[in-house]
Amino acid sequence: MTSDPATTGAPSGAEAPGAAAPAAPAGPGRAVRAARYVAGRLATAVFSLLAVVVAGFFLFRILPGDPVRAMTEGREVTAEQREELRRQFGLDQPLWQQFLDYLTGLLRLDLGTSFQFREPVTELILERLGPTVLLAGTGTVIAALIGLLLGVRAGWRPGGRSDRANSAVALFFWSVPTFWLGLLLIVAFASGRGFMPGLFPTGGMVDPAASGPVETVLSTVWHMVLPVTTMVAVIYAQYLMIMRSSLMDERGADYLTTARAKGLRDALVRRRHAVPNALLPTVTLIFLNLGQVVSGVILVETVFSWPGLGQLFYSGLRVPDLGLVQGLFVVFAASVILMNLLADLVYPLLDPRVRP
Amino acid sequence: MSAATEAPGPGVPGGDANGRGPAPASPRALARRRRAEALRRFARDYARNRAGLLGLVALSAIVLLALFAPLLVDQSELTVTGAPGQAYEPPSGEFPLGTDNFGRSILDLIVWGSRVSLTVGFLATVVSVVLGTLVGMTAGHFGASGGTAGRIVSSVLMRVTDWFLVLPTLVLAVALAAVLPRGTGTIIIAIGLTVWPATARLVRAQTLAVEARPYVERARALGGGHAHVMAWHVLPNVMPVVLAQTTLLVATSIIAESTLAFLGVGDPTTISWGGILEAARTAGAISSGIWWYMIPPGLAIAVVALSFTLCGRALESVINPRLREQR
Repeated sequence: MTSDPATTGAPSGAEAPGAAAPAAPAGPGRAVRAARYVAGRLATAVFSLLAVVVAGFFLFRILPGDPVRAMTEGREVTAEQREELRRQFGLDQPLWQQFLDYLTGLLRLDLGTSFQFREPVTELILERLGPTVLLAGTGTVIAALIGLLLGVRAGWRPGGRSDRANSAVALFFWSVPTFWLGLLLIVAFASGRGFMPGLFPTGGMVDPAASGPVETVLSTVWHMVLPVTTMVAVIYAQYLMIMRSSLMDERGADYLTTARAKGLRDALVRRRHAVPNALLPTVTLIFLNLGQVVSGVILVETVFSWPGLGQLFYSGLRVPDLGLVQGLFVVFAASVILMNLLADLVYPLLDPRVRP
Repeated sequence: MSAATEAPGPGVPGGDANGRGPAPASPRALARRRRAEALRRFARDYARNRAGLLGLVALSAIVLLALFAPLLVDQSELTVTGAPGQAYEPPSGEFPLGTDNFGRSILDLIVWGSRVSLTVGFLATVVSVVLGTLVGMTAGHFGASGGTAGRIVSSVLMRVTDWFLVLPTLVLAVALAAVLPRGTGTIIIAIGLTVWPATARLVRAQTLAVEARPYVERARALGGGHAHVMAWHVLPNVMPVVLAQTTLLVATSIIAESTLAFLGVGDPTTISWGGILEAARTAGAISSGIWWYMIPPGLAIAVVALSFTLCGRALESVINPRLREQR
């Protein structure tokens, strides 16, 4: 049972939190136990965040190589310019001083300065946050809906025709590199080559010629079609696999036999009894897999020149602009940790069986 | 002793007859026969999975191609200066997949690129599997039978694992690859260091299951130390699960390699599938519609990743009968 999620096909590999929650009602009262649970989760999240913050700092400083040299690689720089850069980024100070500055900066939500844009990283990130949330949110919701629906159909009759077809297609999309799929979509539907007219824009978020709110929204939706399709195609497979195996676990449960004995039709047994129970562990795993959504966003935004955080990350890598990359590293990791915390806190509300 | 020799499961024909025969075979011969029988049963179960067989055949072909690439491809023609054709020649008899922006044959590039892609895939998997198995087994073993200190070590290890599990894999790999010196070794380490947590969790769960079995208690009662129990009792029982996970991880690693190359943190001096794709993009093959530069490398990645995934799932279903599909 414990090895379940890791064997679901998609390489997730995490257990549902609270799966081993004590069932014994004895001991402290319910409110105390709930408070203890929340406190424990909060402490874990805070600890993880701190670890991310520390790792973000040391990953980019301690590892072999000099940030300034990495930043100026392949460019003509004089020794003075190098010194200037060092001073500007505080690299001439002792490490502990740099670390302290970095920590106090973080408390003020200051993630440092971008070498490439000469702007505070925090501002850059805030500017680009909206488009990324729009793209990732739409993509995840659509992928989750498709994945769960198909997963239910596949998992209810494992080995059946629908299962085999769905699993095969999902596995294929899962094996395809995200960025390549995006490039293919551009060639097929946007470049206007060959027999296909250029149906969709090749990149960007809004047509600069669009005026007025209605036109802007329509143009944005128009620009979103291909990036969202790419994201959905690559990430829906894992939702399908998770839902499928979760439903397969429920299939043999006694309460389903009871439901059938009552004379319920098969579709009703599935919809009212099996799916709600199978959905619960799936919800957590969807949150746990958000890290993959971040990876998807980086690639999709890069391919489609979507003006979001992923593209910012790519442009930071290209220079390389380590201040920017470091800030984004912290932000990406922190957002995934926060989403997981959210999942941990919401899960007991959804599933009374694991309520502390 | 006799209990041990009679132990083989019901699926071992002749085992009993041999054990009771007039001239009992040596325990070693029996063990060997038992193992051969288990292997045969395994192969039979695996062969029943058609998708798994397909994956295995495809993989064998690709690995052979990669091994014999030096005989098939003239290496001097892979350099920019030694390119045999004109730039962007469409597919023809001479160049079945056309040429790239330097006039190199794309088919040759892909055949040669399979070497780097497969090597990185395998080695990164080895790194992550070794790391994951070590961490998972240590956490599982000492958590189950290491006293208070063991439990502390175990929970610290699992906290670290969970932390890595939550981090966005690609971001961490890219950050590592960007900070470490450029090279294939860096790519291997960057991928290996980011994909191990899933293996660690899996191995820990399996270790806990094995540790609860009576034969582990017996080994401990007879004076077996931690190292003995882990090496002789836990590891052999964890290996099958690890094997299936390994096969799945190779697919992940190969895709990760291409992704890193595409993001520009790969090794620019070697030819890999991801590198070819990145070159195609920077050369503007997308906007000018040079499909033969872009489709084959991606297809190669997809086919290899799919083959590994099919093999891994087939292995999983053989090892874990609960997953076996009803046909």
